[in-house]
Amino acid sequence: MATNPKIIVIGGGLAGLSAVIKIAEMGGQVDLFSIVPVKRSHSVCAQGGINAAKNLKGEGDSTWKHFDDTVYGGDFLANQTPVKAMCEAAPGVIDLLDRMGVPFNRTPEGLLDFRRFGGTLYNRTAFAGATTGQQLLYALDEQVRRYESEGKVKKYEHWEFLSPVLDSERICRGICAMDLRSLEVRTFPADAIIVATGGIGAIFGKSTNSVVCTGSAQSALYQNGCYYANGEFIQVHPTCIPGEDKLRLMSESARGEGGRVWVPKTAGDKRDPKSIPASERWYFLEEWYPKYGNLVPRDVATRAIFKVVYEYNLGIDGKPMVYLDLTHIDRKILDRKLEGILEIYEKFVGDDPRDTPMKIFPGMHYTMGGLWVDYNQATNIPGIYAAGECEYQYHGANRLGANSLLSCIYGGFVAGPAAINYARNQKAAPSNGYFDAERKRQQENNAMLMKSEGTENPFKLWRELGELMTKHCTVIRYNKGLQEADGEICKLLERFQHINLSDKTQWANTSVIFSRQLYNMLQISRVVAQGAALRDESRGAHYKPDFPDRDDKNFLKTTKAYFAPDADEPKFEFEPVDVSLIPPRPRKYDAAK
Amino acid sequence: MADKTVLLKIKRQASPSAESRWEEFELAWHPGMNVISSLMEIARNPITRDGKPTSPITYDANCLEEICGSCAMLINGRARMACSALIDNLEQPVRLEPMSKFPVVRDLAVDRSVLFENLKAVKAWIPIDGTYDLGSGPRISPADQEVAYPLSNCISCCCCMEACPQFNEHTGFVGAAAISQVRLFNAHPTGSELKRERLAALMGDGGIQECGYAQNCVEVCPKEIPLTQSISDVSGQVMRQAIGDLFRK
Repeated sequence: MATNPKIIVIGGGLAGLSAVIKIAEMGGQVDLFSIVPVKRSHSVCAQGGINAAKNLKGEGDSTWKHFDDTVYGGDFLANQTPVKAMCEAAPGVIDLLDRMGVPFNRTPEGLLDFRRFGGTLYNRTAFAGATTGQQLLYALDEQVRRYESEGKVKKYEHWEFLSPVLDSERICRGICAMDLRSLEVRTFPADAIIVATGGIGAIFGKSTNSVVCTGSAQSALYQNGCYYANGEFIQVHPTCIPGEDKLRLMSESARGEGGRVWVPKTAGDKRDPKSIPASERWYFLEEWYPKYGNLVPRDVATRAIFKVVYEYNLGIDGKPMVYLDLTHIDRKILDRKLEGILEIYEKFVGDDPRDTPMKIFPGMHYTMGGLWVDYNQATNIPGIYAAGECEYQYHGANRLGANSLLSCIYGGFVAGPAAINYARNQKAAPSNGYFDAERKRQQENNAMLMKSEGTENPFKLWRELGELMTKHCTVIRYNKGLQEADGEICKLLERFQHINLSDKTQWANTSVIFSRQLYNMLQISRVVAQGAALRDESRGAHYKPDFPDRDDKNFLKTTKAYFAPDADEPKFEFEPVDVSLIPPRPRKYDAAK
Repeated sequence: MADKTVLLKIKRQASPSAESRWEEFELAWHPGMNVISSLMEIARNPITRDGKPTSPITYDANCLEEICGSCAMLINGRARMACSALIDNLEQPVRLEPMSKFPVVRDLAVDRSVLFENLKAVKAWIPIDGTYDLGSGPRISPADQEVAYPLSNCISCCCCMEACPQFNEHTGFVGAAAISQVRLFNAHPTGSELKRERLAALMGDGGIQECGYAQNCVEVCPKEIPLTQSISDVSGQVMRQAIGDLFRK
């Protein structure tokens, strides 16, 4: 039993850093592992804001309404007890961030300002310009730096988690990780570990996610016995800027501040969008969803855009794009409230969205599914905890805008203390032979990759995977296509055996690092494709035209995938959803609920 | 090779101690290409312009939205972020080099940990009592928020330090980024608690007086942070504290 337990945290985004702060405050010692310096984590990309029902606008908002919106927005797939706890904690989280110095936008009286986001009728979203994620991450990063200078936190930046070290009773005793510069493989003992490694966007090739969001860590844990839940639920964000290297997010806040989505009513209309009169524009979201208008939830908006582009053939210039228009809003207001995101468009496309409507299209954005955890953020393997986007707990079948930053911070605040309490009651490890065995296994993996003399380029295999997953496993899903995708992933796994690294050196070798991630991406992709094939209904982000309705009788269940090592494939079981607080009702946004 | 091509000259270095060398690449042109998408293409097909197989380029990159600060490098001699460097806006051949003021790790990746050490030295944080529920933070006027927010946009890319003539081994200058953070935290009602210690850290060798007012920092900053304003503001604070200390002796 350790009074000052050693906890390893993997990932330095909002969830990881929140856990670190709680652990350090409780007297624990932290080793913090991150592929990139933690200040460069993907959380910085979150733009619009963070939800909390502080009811500072006299609207009669409440944490119960926030809870109801979240459960309803998630199409009743989320376990309700932890979601309620999160929504109740949210106002306190905002207060804490405020005290940490986050430069939230203010009202004239100096209080926090709130804006409206998708899937709610209340102004519930606190924001710092259009770079809320960056500001929140920095505030936590600064607190962690303070603990680091006091010797309570040791950072291992430019290190990548490879695998958990499990003893003979399958209890986690530490991790195996690789220095991304020297390629040294080392094991690190710990009383418990917390995984906070974000989403899995890279399996879709291009997404709004950052380069490090490969899902490699989650996949390694799944292959070592952790359950992976609701893998089939992938959020496609309706408004992204198509790009050569990635899809850049155009925040929901653009619509929150009055942005309108439209297409010309005539197919192939080549006129400058500003010269098209209102009568010849189709504001299809406002027409189809008069109550929520442009602020319907993400899955609804995404499918509407797909319909307009692919069924009505009304994409701009015949291409898969629609207009997101801010030009009717005063420039000064745009600059004050949305400057950060407008700059992104200007910089990466070259047009000024204050003058010209933006061209946007849906893109893969968020991983609702993830490592299965209980209400204490514990996975099924003793000693392994998970928090943030890498776990499945808070968003059900679809996440509401501005709930992700909240779930990351809240999840970290639960996971940190839970890991400490677990560690304080845990017996010491029986022996350390498992560490050597795991290190050797991982060193051999590296050696095999270095030796491999095939012809397949890992970066090309990745591109193929991305195209496959985007085609079959995003907005519209058919069982035939999903089965085809799974078959093709198996072929890619076979071709992976014939990989050829064009770099065989032992220093900062990106080919070997990426190839390891790619293997894990392929394994977790099968969980997504097969999970989607099994769920014959439509719920939240998961939409099958052949099964267009939600089917609570058969599928009001959490999908749990586990890895069968002998068969080298996922197996599935289902678990009932906790609907103890709000009885499921149909989810409709064409009228107030 | 397609009709229209893009020419890149990339400075490569296998390890911190290895000699550097140049390699040239010719890629098919696509609309909307940027430096990162070009480096990704080289990874898929690592062959130089003269047909020699080579290895993919090592570089730092993460968000590709100019908000994580990872992919700073010298592009045609200027320190900037690679993700927002559109090929169509660059003169060819596009020259890519690692930043020169930081130790090279490999190829275009450099070690910028010095900035994070400097942020520790100037205590760039708000000294809160704890994370338990203590109610809301201090009231802050919209005007004060509008001053703080741009300063808080610093992405730690280190372009300002690369461009600064005074930032070198000889002076040990702390650089504009860390000074601007001192301004940010000193202006916060709770952050000002550590003001004396922050200013003390900026006195002496390598401190704020090393600034030569070349103003390169503010010109290269990708986030357009008013760095020179920060330096003059903090200089004044340091001066007032130094004089005050003199009289207190």
